[in-house]
Amino acid sequence: MGEFIGKSVKRREDARFLKGMGKYTDDIKLPKMTHSAFVRSPYAHAKIENVDISEAEKADGVVAIFTGKDACGEYGVPCGWQVDFKNGETMREPKHPLLAKDKIRHLGEAVTIVIAETLEQARDAAELVEVDYEELPAVTDPKKAMEEGAPLVHDDWDSNAAFDWCIGNDRAEVEAALEKAHHVTEMEYRNQRLAPNAMEPRSYIADYDVNGDKYTLYTSTQNPHLIRLLMCAFVLGLPEHKVRIVSKDVGGGFGSKIYHYTEEALLTWAAKEIGRPVKWTSDRSEAFLTDAHGRDHVVKSRMGFDKDGKIVAHLTDEYCGMGAYLSTFAPAVPTYLHGTLFQGVYTTPLIHLNVIAPFTHTVPVDAYRGAGRPEATYLLERIISKGAQEMGMDAAEIRYKNFIPPFDGVEEAGYQTQVALQYDSGNYEAALKKGLERLGYDDFRKEQSEARKNGRLLGVGISTYIEGCGIAPSAVVGALGARAGLYEVGQVRVQPTGKVSVFTGAHSHGQGHETVFAQFVADKLGIDMADVEIEHGDTDQVAFGMGTYGSRSLAVGGSAIIKSIDKILEKGAKIAAHKLEAAEDDLEYASGKWTVKGTDKSVSFGDVALTAYVPHNYPEGLEPGLDFSSFYDPSNFTYPFGTHIAVVEVDADTGAVELQRFIAVDDVGNIMNPMIVEGQIHGGVAQGVGQALLEEVAYDEAGQMITGSYMDYAMPRADDLPMIETENTVTPCPHNPLGVKGAGEAGAIGSTPAVVNAVVDALAHLGVTDIQMPLKPQTVWKAMQN
Amino acid sequence: MNVTITVNGKQFTHDIEPRLSLAQYLRENLDLTGTHIGCDTSGCGACTITMDGNAVKSCTVLAVQADGSEITTIEGMAQNGEMHPIQAAFKEKHGLQCGFCTPGMVMVAADILKNYPNPSEEDIRHGLKGNFCRCTGYHNIVKSIQLAAETIND
Repeated sequence: MGEFIGKSVKRREDARFLKGMGKYTDDIKLPKMTHSAFVRSPYAHAKIENVDISEAEKADGVVAIFTGKDACGEYGVPCGWQVDFKNGETMREPKHPLLAKDKIRHLGEAVTIVIAETLEQARDAAELVEVDYEELPAVTDPKKAMEEGAPLVHDDWDSNAAFDWCIGNDRAEVEAALEKAHHVTEMEYRNQRLAPNAMEPRSYIADYDVNGDKYTLYTSTQNPHLIRLLMCAFVLGLPEHKVRIVSKDVGGGFGSKIYHYTEEALLTWAAKEIGRPVKWTSDRSEAFLTDAHGRDHVVKSRMGFDKDGKIVAHLTDEYCGMGAYLSTFAPAVPTYLHGTLFQGVYTTPLIHLNVIAPFTHTVPVDAYRGAGRPEATYLLERIISKGAQEMGMDAAEIRYKNFIPPFDGVEEAGYQTQVALQYDSGNYEAALKKGLERLGYDDFRKEQSEARKNGRLLGVGISTYIEGCGIAPSAVVGALGARAGLYEVGQVRVQPTGKVSVFTGAHSHGQGHETVFAQFVADKLGIDMADVEIEHGDTDQVAFGMGTYGSRSLAVGGSAIIKSIDKILEKGAKIAAHKLEAAEDDLEYASGKWTVKGTDKSVSFGDVALTAYVPHNYPEGLEPGLDFSSFYDPSNFTYPFGTHIAVVEVDADTGAVELQRFIAVDDVGNIMNPMIVEGQIHGGVAQGVGQALLEEVAYDEAGQMITGSYMDYAMPRADDLPMIETENTVTPCPHNPLGVKGAGEAGAIGSTPAVVNAVVDALAHLGVTDIQMPLKPQTVWKAMQN
Repeated sequence: MNVTITVNGKQFTHDIEPRLSLAQYLRENLDLTGTHIGCDTSGCGACTITMDGNAVKSCTVLAVQADGSEITTIEGMAQNGEMHPIQAAFKEKHGLQCGFCTPGMVMVAADILKNYPNPSEEDIRHGLKGNFCRCTGYHNIVKSIQLAAETIND
């Protein structure tokens, strides 16, 4: 611990946001900037018979109109992760066209872009574009998409499968163990489709400078360098060194802004065509229709137990919807970010998961906060609780019986799972114990049984989750189909005056990197936080980076910065030794100065920095300057874990669920800034509760979205949630220098099954064993009546 | 149409299209980009401002309807560079993450505290109902408004 690490330092980014001085992409105006609007398909599946732009072209202020028949229609966005079929067949990968030419494959797919002097003129002209469609039958449900005779999303193949995949032990062996099990618990449900709903809609401005043949794309992305790489190398064929991506203030992402979207490439292309900057900002309706969605798994699962409640085997089959095209990370989500967590925190000896991933006539599905891990956790934590209920066991007791025993990953080895991973360190029972104590579990059970006598329906739900973060070791993910490395880059530039500029490839869109990264940099260098500035989100400033998602910023991005700090201190020591006329080995570094051990002879960090840039009296052979960049490629994922406990009361007359308490005990390894970690947990929990109780993207049979606005898509509002009670246990990550595991997704991963378990617990005495999410009052009420 | 609107104490006159929303007017004509547009349909509250003393969602007010009115936006909350107690409380209690909903939250907080100088947690949560935050789970926003009430009442 130092002066700043571990303290709830207030955020330095707050002042600009609180004063309305943030600079989100839509706040930027460039000289001669034009505005754009899209004509989007009102059908989920259709042939485009004709696009008539003749009237639109005559409208006031129109600068240009492009359709799929223009050159841009030849470009398409590929996927960034390849998961081939089990039989060796290559993943089916249709490129997502920048504008649809002949065929529409999901509601809201872009057909035409209209560029005009003002936004109103662009929208007015878009209204005048006449598109003739021949509507075709659509399929939106992933399981139905694999039925005989289902409408094909892509005619190039004979079925809708994009790939299939399995992981774990031999299926026959798992089935045999289930046959012999004392008790088998079954579940069949849908992990419903969700819309991430970052509050800032996606926004892009593309600019082309004809003099230098240079492009600049201002974009609300979580992932600037990857967008540049994908767009330059795999979509438009642009020279990467002449393309700059700027992504400064971004209003939330939750996964939805990781991916390279068609609009980014289209605007970049169009800016050169028209020779002027062009802006597009999504409205909320377009966000529902075009931002990548999350989840959408249809699940059938069996878990076998022995007579003591020990899990003996687990077999699951899933249909995981991909949407109409494969978004950047989509194939990884229901496979390597999902199946690899099927061990959970339990000693289950036999596990098998089979996944079929079909195309459907829907918006592409990709990672949404947690990405595959919430889906795994929901299944494990629901089915173990359901098993306990069916066997008449207590939900906490069954977990204690099945926990992997504590291990620190240093003295005790990491835990090798049945599903490829090796957990780094964990103490799962400690988190559960802490959560139950915070709740007062035994007292709650008494209160619950008293309440039942009075007709009140109280319930408690437990979820003991684990997740995989710190994404990711490049060689490992490469072997699993990733088409990129997942290291991170951190540059530390000490200025001549000793002030420090840090350039990180991680990207902050609410996480507070400007504060947290400055905390540990200042501590490691022994200087004041005010002397450290963190820069991100500009490919011209930052050497390279893989962006922020998968709770990776601190574990991977932070570690890269630490590597550079180590290099700074190593070189600094050489300069200091020269100045002090001492041997390097005789020096120690603390509180911002090198001191000759056992003496009061010292030289400050600032003096050394100045000497590095004014090297008049300088070590022979040493390069001037004090500026290092490092790539850090992690040796393993990190594995945060914890226990979430929900307490609910169900209205006996209406089925409405009131979330009364929520206790989150999270172990995210070492904590740099407790305030920020708590904030991450709060937000994640709110999203997880949203999935449990409120949220669902619903399509009708024709592929029309019936939840395409805030009138229909229910997100948690302030009065849907209680204060969230947060606790921590701390089990440091053994394999990165800060000992951190990541906190961004934990809340969303652990919370959903806790809430559903609580509602089922409240209704258990009525014979209810499962309810389909979201637990709307009518759904709960119906379950009570059966 | 000509409108004359006083925004953050300064009077402006513009010839505008009748269909222009007040939110767009503030952002495009006055460059007051602190007022954010998250949905355009009154659902999210990111565009909340104060119009003649009451919090309104400026995405569903036409600029022409604001003719002759007094508007305060987030940019008008800090005085002489000093943050308003509500803004200071949001910083102190970590009531914001990505910052996008924040201007609307601060403006609605001002409205809550005007109507409930000593608000209960329930008053605050009820008052925040029209504003979405996807980052904070509202926990620290509620705490921020509680702290702001204490500061203002001191």
